[in-house]
Amino acid sequence: MTVEGNGAANGAATPVPGAAPPPDLARVDPGRPQGSRPSEERYDDTVDDGLGDRIRPYALTGGRTRSAVDLPLESLVERTPAGTAALEAQTLERRRILELCRGPLSIAEVSAHLGVHLGVARVLVGDMKVEGLLEVHRPRQSTGDRPDIKLLERVLDGLQAL
Amino acid sequence: MPTATRSEPAATAAPVPVKIVIAGGFGVGKTTFVGSISEITPLTTEAPMTSVSRDIDAHLPGKTTTTVAMDFGRITLGDDLILYLFGTPGQDRFRFMWDELVRGAIGAVVLVDTTRLADCFPAVDYFEQSAVPFIVAVNTFHGRIHHHLRDVREALAVPDEVPLIHCDARERPSTKNALLELVQHALVRAGAATG
Repeated sequence: MTVEGNGAANGAATPVPGAAPPPDLARVDPGRPQGSRPSEERYDDTVDDGLGDRIRPYALTGGRTRSAVDLPLESLVERTPAGTAALEAQTLERRRILELCRGPLSIAEVSAHLGVHLGVARVLVGDMKVEGLLEVHRPRQSTGDRPDIKLLERVLDGLQAL
Repeated sequence: MPTATRSEPAATAAPVPVKIVIAGGFGVGKTTFVGSISEITPLTTEAPMTSVSRDIDAHLPGKTTTTVAMDFGRITLGDDLILYLFGTPGQDRFRFMWDELVRGAIGAVVLVDTTRLADCFPAVDYFEQSAVPFIVAVNTFHGRIHHHLRDVREALAVPDEVPLIHCDARERPSTKNALLELVQHALVRAGAATG
């Protein structure tokens, strides 16, 4: 995928929460049909798109596979003022993460838009969190690893209002 | 109720992510389900097996470069509340991924194709064993209803407390209803747990 691709050229391409990703971001995954409802067939879980053939997944992290920060799939990542200030000084992937995360975006989305494995996104984002460039909002759980009643009620309300 | 929080400026409240898992056999319509209600075209994230496996390495030596893909979508439920829907990798051999998927999840919707009922058994087993709230949604994807829900319940051997509904994974009102059923079920479970 476009690890080498369109990062530097699209400084304006920052997704707004609630809006579809801009076309240049959506194009990051060539296997995804755009403008049409995806079919189960096109999303065959077993398809290997060859990403691993092009670049070793953890080359971007210097071989490190562990993130400095615990990042559940749905953790929201958001750029800090320090991240905004440091945007120009970053390497391509880190700059792209800062561009993506102007508003809160899950680590899964960061991984998908960047076209890198989840583990790679976690290492990169973990570093940037430690450096103060990104803020991370983790899921809130009560006892027993599940959202509490108050949060569930908010979700129910939100769904009903859709 | 939460309307009060929604009227606050977005900047004052840290956004909270929540997630629901969409499970079921391969080709049952999980991604269709996600796509019917997601505000974004479903995305795919790929995870190398080793980054998430706990005990599988002993059983599958040399599999460390295998990648599994998860499709997911997003529904913004307010300024500071974002719901993610994650589809389980379709095949049973990726079951180890589910520990990661269900961590902190509200619960799961198990999609069932009644022509291939047994395909959903691993999902039902998993959620029962790990005490994850779940509902069973019989997908009427092909416009046919092959079985009465009562028969499906019997075939799956799920207790009466587990909601069992029909669902057309292509239709937003139908998938929305399935999500509402699940959240209501999770609320009942959470209420019971806290007394």
